[in-house]
Amino acid sequence: MSAITNPLSETSAAWKLPYRGKVGMACLIFAESAIFTIFVVAYLFYIGKSLSGPSPKEVLTVPVFITICLLSSSITIHLAVRALRNAKTRLFGIWWFLTLALGTIFLAGTGREWHKLIYQDGLTISTNLFGTTYYSLVGLHASHVTVGLIIIAIVMAFTSLGRVTPKYSERLEVFSLYWHFVDVVWVVVFTVVYVVGR
Amino acid sequence: MTQVDSNNKDEMSMKELGKHRLVASKLVGIAVLLAGLLLAARLCLGAPENASQNPNIFKPLSTPADSIFHLSLFVLGITGSIFVVVFSLLVYSIAKYRRRAGDEDREPPQVYGSNQVELAWTVIPVLIVLVLFLATARVIHSIQDAPEPRGAIDVTAIGHQFWWEFRYPQLGIVTANELHVPVSTISRPTLTFLTLLSADTDHSFWVPRLAGKTDLIPNHPNSMWIDPRETGLYLGQCAQYCGVEHAKMLLRVYVDSPDQFEKWVHAQQAAPVNDASVQEGRRIFESTGCLNCHTVNETVANGRFGPDLTHLMSRDTLASGLVPNSPANLRQWIQDPDSIKPSSLMPAMKLADGDLDHLVAYLESLR
Amino acid sequence: MASDSIAMNPTDVSAKSITEKLHEWVVTVDHKRLGVMYILYALVFLVIAGTEAMIIRIQLMRPHNDFVSPQVFNRMFTMHGTTMIFFVVMPVLFGFANYLVPLMIGARDMAFPRLNAFSFWLMAFGGILLYFSFIGGNGLYGAGNAPDVGWWAYAPLTAKAFSPGHSSDFWTLALLVSGFGSVGTAINIIATIISMRCPGMTLSRMPLFAWLNLVMAGMVFLVIGPLTAAQLMLCVDRYLGGHFFDTQAGGSAVLWMHFFWIFGHPEVYVLVIPAFAFLSEIIPVFSRKPIFGYPVMVGATVCIGFVSMSVWAHHMFTIGMNSYANSFFAITSMVVGVPTGIKIFNWLGTMWGGRISFNTPMLFCIGFLFQFLIAGLTGIMLAVAPFNWQLSGSYFVVAHFHYVIVGGIMHALFGAFYYWYPKITGRMFNETLGKLHFWLFLIGFHLCFDLMHIPGLLGMPRRIYTYEPGRGWETLNLLVTIGAFVQGIAVLVFVANLIISYFKGAKAGNDPWDAWTLEWSVGSPPPEYNFASIPTVASRRPLWDLKHPEDPDSRYE
Repeated sequence: MSAITNPLSETSAAWKLPYRGKVGMACLIFAESAIFTIFVVAYLFYIGKSLSGPSPKEVLTVPVFITICLLSSSITIHLAVRALRNAKTRLFGIWWFLTLALGTIFLAGTGREWHKLIYQDGLTISTNLFGTTYYSLVGLHASHVTVGLIIIAIVMAFTSLGRVTPKYSERLEVFSLYWHFVDVVWVVVFTVVYVVGR
Repeated sequence: MTQVDSNNKDEMSMKELGKHRLVASKLVGIAVLLAGLLLAARLCLGAPENASQNPNIFKPLSTPADSIFHLSLFVLGITGSIFVVVFSLLVYSIAKYRRRAGDEDREPPQVYGSNQVELAWTVIPVLIVLVLFLATARVIHSIQDAPEPRGAIDVTAIGHQFWWEFRYPQLGIVTANELHVPVSTISRPTLTFLTLLSADTDHSFWVPRLAGKTDLIPNHPNSMWIDPRETGLYLGQCAQYCGVEHAKMLLRVYVDSPDQFEKWVHAQQAAPVNDASVQEGRRIFESTGCLNCHTVNETVANGRFGPDLTHLMSRDTLASGLVPNSPANLRQWIQDPDSIKPSSLMPAMKLADGDLDHLVAYLESLR
Repeated sequence: MASDSIAMNPTDVSAKSITEKLHEWVVTVDHKRLGVMYILYALVFLVIAGTEAMIIRIQLMRPHNDFVSPQVFNRMFTMHGTTMIFFVVMPVLFGFANYLVPLMIGARDMAFPRLNAFSFWLMAFGGILLYFSFIGGNGLYGAGNAPDVGWWAYAPLTAKAFSPGHSSDFWTLALLVSGFGSVGTAINIIATIISMRCPGMTLSRMPLFAWLNLVMAGMVFLVIGPLTAAQLMLCVDRYLGGHFFDTQAGGSAVLWMHFFWIFGHPEVYVLVIPAFAFLSEIIPVFSRKPIFGYPVMVGATVCIGFVSMSVWAHHMFTIGMNSYANSFFAITSMVVGVPTGIKIFNWLGTMWGGRISFNTPMLFCIGFLFQFLIAGLTGIMLAVAPFNWQLSGSYFVVAHFHYVIVGGIMHALFGAFYYWYPKITGRMFNETLGKLHFWLFLIGFHLCFDLMHIPGLLGMPRRIYTYEPGRGWETLNLLVTIGAFVQGIAVLVFVANLIISYFKGAKAGNDPWDAWTLEWSVGSPPPEYNFASIPTVASRRPLWDLKHPEDPDSRYE
């Protein structure tokens, strides 16, 4: 005997549990937050403790433009998913492409900033404590942006082949949670590195 | 129903026998446990050879170790009582509520919980924790926040892989591995305050009869204090894994009477012996690799990587407490340190026999 | 129903070849097979890490022994600790969780079967990478080889200056990889429990096993995160010239300690909470009563989960924190003992008034109760910071945590093995061999670990490859070594029992223990799809309700 049926009135009501994709992504975000927290703690701990070399005040400029781009991409991805849910696949494609573009601008901007820091200011990961903590924290965030962009690009490719349909909207909504998380992390990193740490 | 049950009469008498065996073996177990506890007590408080020197946290001879010892008795009293109570309840419940013959088809009353009981066994532990914590906080503060009185001896201990450097800043002394401190009596209390630094990895200074251990961490100065009340030699060793020869980084603390301490200080402060008969050895010392790591005052040797050798012969042991300081051991240490302390950072000097004789003779002159 | 299972029936004359069967196992995403793979993997590494322990004990049996060189000894204790925690205890607990959680909540599989398989293989390859270090670690001047920095890998000992070659890199990378696997499994456990319970099974009707694994999985995120972060930082230091823990550049060795123990302490609760889960299922069945105080058991576990995140620096009482920090961590460490102690009382309350039968699973659980009591009390001693200043870094601590892990967790694990063996394999194990295993292990355990406390009290530090004679440590160390050997023999008896019973044990049937949770309602071993139709439940003990329709639990909950 492998079935137990004990019909009571409470169980005949709809038994609805949260969507496992959302639960799984929430867990992943929770775990990633723990990693980022430790890097942020290390960054904060080492502010002002470098024994030599360029200091944040000397070499960092506040990256306003790319921040606006990245945070806007949260809005565009939200609009994209909403469009797909309402079966507006062409609109979805437009917003999704904008998300990809804004994210890429962010990465390119970070790359430009790093190029300047390394070649003009002489700040590398091994220069001093500031260099180590800065590149590690911003780099960890940038690597998460990169992974997100790769996924967005793959979905973009499928979209242009016409393979993305409204039935995938729940999965893309789960992915968008990851993208929102990446943006929230940037708000924290931005505050710690460019506001507090300077 | 279950495999365990059986209605066979033979099975039942076997079960009775099994039960008796179970009870008997439990009693044996309890007896063994008690015997073990008595053995443990004897070993801790009894007297193996060289008892006066041997580490034992239950035989304190300095105020920090005393405070810890008294606190530990309090803690052991509380935890011991908890153990006795819960242990008895567990034994009782197993004995009284074991399955007996004739139980097969009846389930016991299905009790789901009891608010009163659960409240009681939450509140009581919380109270115990409160009491324990207050006692603990008091001792933490009394040891860590003790102000340094005037007339205290200052020592800077620097941990190295795998030896101890001791500097007395007020007295201008630099030595290694064997720490000399004055005894602290009621009429003449003399505390020794140690500042703990490290030149490489993490170490820990642990002489159980004098104090709890404190770590030596690079870029993180620590401090501790002792006031030993009996003269003698106290043994300890490094208590934080610092590399391959962590096991052999031994500590020897000599608690001297005031006269002995003064004599020792003067001997350490004295200029190094410059014996003309060992000039050849001194020449070898100053022209080979020795001077890269070692210091001998008033010579060109001022290396800081290894122990200061100015008064090498004032020490009882070599290689941080491993072997007695004898010419033969010194010779072996220079020529083949791995045979005494494998992978220590002292290189084998590989000198010719004649050179080695001269060198040892020179070092033997450094009283 | 048993004949439906593909996996475990040994008497089936299968048309499949060995390679086909192996292939099935390698590509499987079935939670039951993955569970078995986790458990077998852990057993193999148990024997390997146990051998490492034997080598340690033989070397320490006499002062100035030269059974192994200091280099080999230091690798042995590093590998023993690292293997036991990451490649024995964690996998075996994940294995049991994987196998049992879906069955207990009335689901057909975990939420993400492919992630499940991926997580297993990540963990498995992590272990292989760690052991590859023995042959592959020959870095600079042959200074590579297996890691020898201790399982906590304190900085700056792990800096390139003090650990040249690649041994420390193997430690870091192996744990990084298997850490991702652990996170994957934890995600699966939580998503499964939240999203895949059968109708009627509200969170308050879940078996405690599921609840406790839910808490454990949540803690895994908070635990593996800091470890991963710290190891990434160590990689930056070692490979990219970074200075996170470089004290010469102003970096802090203490920062590594904080990050590591923020992982390390809650990690031991990650290890012990599933052991509590086993007890909470086994003790009620063999006492013939429901668990005493189900809501408080859940509450206490959640409480432990939170409080355990605040105690980590009790591993650092000797590093020179100020008196306020020391006091804070002392009190939190004492406070965490309260919900833990409550659980012991709840198990006691479960047995009280019951009808206890002493089958092998129950014997191991009873052993756990006595031993975990003692381990918890020595833990309270260690929480008293000044007392800790004497006891830490000594064999007292080694004895304490082995008391928890071997006397506690391992005993609960043995109990779990014996309890669910019939379900997983379809056979009953040999009860005589089981009892022999128990008594032999008990004697060896107490000989080894009771006595081990004493050298610590007499000043013997840990992680030393030899010691001086004449300090009163010799006899004790010899007896400890003998106890270790006795335990080793007991484990061999256990492994023999597992194997012999698989081929010769009596057929188990669905429900050999007359238990009450859903896994006992399906065949032994369960069919691949678990349940022919998803059950609906109305109480915490659905099978009790079925067996006692005149007095179901649903009337009282």
